[in-house]
Order: sequence, then C-alpha cells, then structure tokens
Amino acid sequence: MFKRLAETGAAVAITVDGRQIAARAGDTVAAALIAAGIDHCRTTPVSGAPRAPYCLMGVCFECLVTVDGVGSRQGCLVPVRDGMAVETQTGKREAGR
Amino acid sequence: MAASDFDVAVVGGGLVGVATAWGLAREGCRVVVLDEGDRAVRASRGNFALVWVQSKGLGLPEYAGWTIRSSNAWGGFAQTLKEETGLDVAFQRPGGFHLALSGKELEARANILKRLHNQPGIVDYKTEIMDRSQVAKMLPDIGPEVVGGSFCPLDGHVNSLRLFRTLHTAIKARGVTYLPSHRVETITKEGGEFRLATAQGEIRAGKVALAAGNANMRLAPMVGLEAPMKPERGQIVVTERLRPFLNHPVVTLRQTDEGTVMIGDSKEESIDPAGLTLGVSATEAERAVRLFPLLANVNVVRTWSAIRVMTQDGFPIYDESETHPGAFTICCHSGVTLAANHALTVAPMIARGALDTSLVAPFSARRFHVQATG
Repeated sequence: MFKRLAETGAAVAITVDGRQIAARAGDTVAAALIAAGIDHCRTTPVSGAPRAPYCLMGVCFECLVTVDGVGSRQGCLVPVRDGMAVETQTGKREAGR
Repeated sequence: MAASDFDVAVVGGGLVGVATAWGLAREGCRVVVLDEGDRAVRASRGNFALVWVQSKGLGLPEYAGWTIRSSNAWGGFAQTLKEETGLDVAFQRPGGFHLALSGKELEARANILKRLHNQPGIVDYKTEIMDRSQVAKMLPDIGPEVVGGSFCPLDGHVNSLRLFRTLHTAIKARGVTYLPSHRVETITKEGGEFRLATAQGEIRAGKVALAAGNANMRLAPMVGLEAPMKPERGQIVVTERLRPFLNHPVVTLRQTDEGTVMIGDSKEESIDPAGLTLGVSATEAERAVRLFPLLANVNVVRTWSAIRVMTQDGFPIYDESETHPGAFTICCHSGVTLAANHALTVAPMIARGALDTSLVAPFSARRFHVQATG
C-alpha cells in the first residue's frame, strides 16, 4: 500500500515480534511498521479491535507499541535504532512492562 | 408547572440527589430533581469511587455504624439497579487497605484504629493491622518500602461514573422529572407547599430534600436549616488501562474494573475546581510508585481536580426543619459509600415525612451548637 521515496536513509535492522524487518535511518517506528506492510500494531484494551498508526504526529495514540520492553510507547515519536526490539500489543498493557 | 405536581423536590442532581430521588420514586412519590447546568461544581463526576468503611467514625461512633449499614446494603442496591437498568456498576467488596511506608506511619495508623475502636458504642468492623508479609500475600506487587498496613474486609469500590449514569437511567425509568439548568434561587413555603424559584420558573412540591452538596450551605437557611460546609479540593491521577494486578483497593490507589489505576486522596484548601497543583499530582504519583513499583513506567492519561463535599466536622448531616416541616437536608462527604443508605433508608423516611431519629439523630446539625444539644 505504501511505497518508500527513492531518497531514503541507510538500512537499520529492527525486529517486530521477533521478526527482522528492514527499516531506514530516519524512520520512526510507526513509519517502519507501515513500510514493512504490518497492518496493525495493537488491539484495543476495550473491544480488542485492531489499530494501526494513524496521525503520525503524536496526537492520536493509535500507534502504541512496546519498544525494548517498555509498553505503550508512541511509535510515531520514537526513531528506529539498530537492534531495536518492537513488540505489538494485545489489549491492556501489563504493568511493569 | 401546576401546583402540587410533585410530592418531593430534590435539589441537586449529583449522586446524593439522584440516589435519594430513586429511593423516593420507589416509595411511590412523584419526584422532581432540580439540577444546575454543566458549569456547576460537579463532585459526582470527579470522585474516587470507594465504598469505604475503615477509619470512618473517629469522633462520632454512630458514623461507623451508619457507614457499615450502607456497605452491607450496597450489594443488593447494585443488584436492584442492574435489574432495573441492565447496567452493572461494578461494585466489589474484596476488602481494602491502608498501606504504610514506614514504621512511624504504621504506628500512627494503628493508633487511629485503636482510638476508633475504643469509643463507647462503636461497632466492630474487624479492621486489622498486618505486617509486610501478611500484606504481600494479598498484594504481591507491593514495593520494598511497604512495612505493613491495615485491612478491613468491608471496604470496596465501584465504577462511580457508571453508578451516576445508572442512577440517572433508573430515575428516568421510574418517571422522576429531571430538570437540568434549574439552579434554585430561593425556597419559600406558602399554603402548605414549597415554592422553589429558578430562572426557568417556579416549581412547587409538598416536600423538599436539599442534596446540593456544598451549596446546601446557601440553601438550608431558606428553610430554617443549616449546613456548615468546608469544601476542599482533591486531585486524581489516572493511568492507562492495565491488566488486572491489584485485587484490593488501597485508600489512595485502586484499579478500576476497566483497568485504569486511579491515584488520589490529596487535600487542598483551594476551592477552584479548574486549577491543578502539579506538585500535588507529582507527590501522589511518587507515593504510588513507592507502594507499587511496577507503576513506574506506566503512562498517565488524565489528571483532574474536584471539590469534595465536606461538612465542617466531616460527618454527614441529616435534618428535618422545625420551622418548615417537610424540608430536609442530606449533606455528606461520602456520596458513593452512603448511596445505598440514601436510596434505601433516608429516602423512605422523607417519603413518610419524618426522619427516624433512632438512626439519624446523631447526624443533626444541632451538634454544631453546644448549647442547643442539651
């Protein structure tokens, strides 16, 4: 669905739920998920509906993911870093994660 | 509105008012609830939602009995509301804790409970002091600084916003007339009925029940009653929804049925409901993390201030006017805890036209006048 522009940065390796995906320097976590064709990053705590990055500017809180063990981070505000471990979230967050 | 269209006018559409109105409707009364508009100070939309027993009654032992009566009635009250509306207010009574972060705090807590229990005529409500290992069995996620606490098996909590909505749904279903944006300006009694003046016109009723929170201070003297109040501000911090980890409410912290953690219990003299003292929220949050370190990384999604309804001595006031028979005051801090009493005990008294002194005499505002109580 989404296509990268030609002038993207150097390759950065991150994992999503343990699976290696190819991100680019300068990507946010949310952008990297979208570029990798991952269609949702969490399910909601109330109805369990799937959610994906939406506003991409820190407002809507739809793109919450676990980054390096810390839950409910806004994927659109976190730049990717080599070796970063991203996990999608299911329902309510577990306290302490 | 034609004369005598209502048996009772309830002034105040918060938890105390709607619980009373529902109880009156169950007794067959024709009831109108007069509420202010959206800009009113709304204690019922900002409270902490405990149905709480421990600590209540130091200085007035009858208050402990009154609170336990409501706590015991709460399960049935919630069940009846569910049958009438289909809504579940998520009442739970798993027992609740006060937690101490130092030996000194635990000692102070034990002393308060001892003084409370030593009062003549006190009901035993089985609050016990627990050491750290006893607490940890019930609250496995406590932090290393927690030295112990007190536990009362009668303590519980509820989803208070849903309770509020449920009571409004229930009064509507029972034919109660709810009139928002009807601030009561004056109350007079003429020709055996009360006339309540609002900018929207006059409402007439056979009886009047003042359940307007801190505003009872202004209204009560209009019908020969008094309601000495001392409003104070509390602040609440709310986290994102979390998987259940806390099986018992703590007086300053509870996990709601929806998963959020509410952190609260601050007290400030300010009565500006729009203000927020950041230092107070920060202190509440810091203490919460010391109690439950797993909260350290959790996101806060909301904070707010709300004005507590508080009488000058903290105890409820229930009175019937001597100069204006048929006028009653219902004033209290604990609109959630005492909701079952207001619906099931106080409302029937008002419907009958007389307070049952065997139950509520200790709560008359006459206690504020030493000379008059003899």
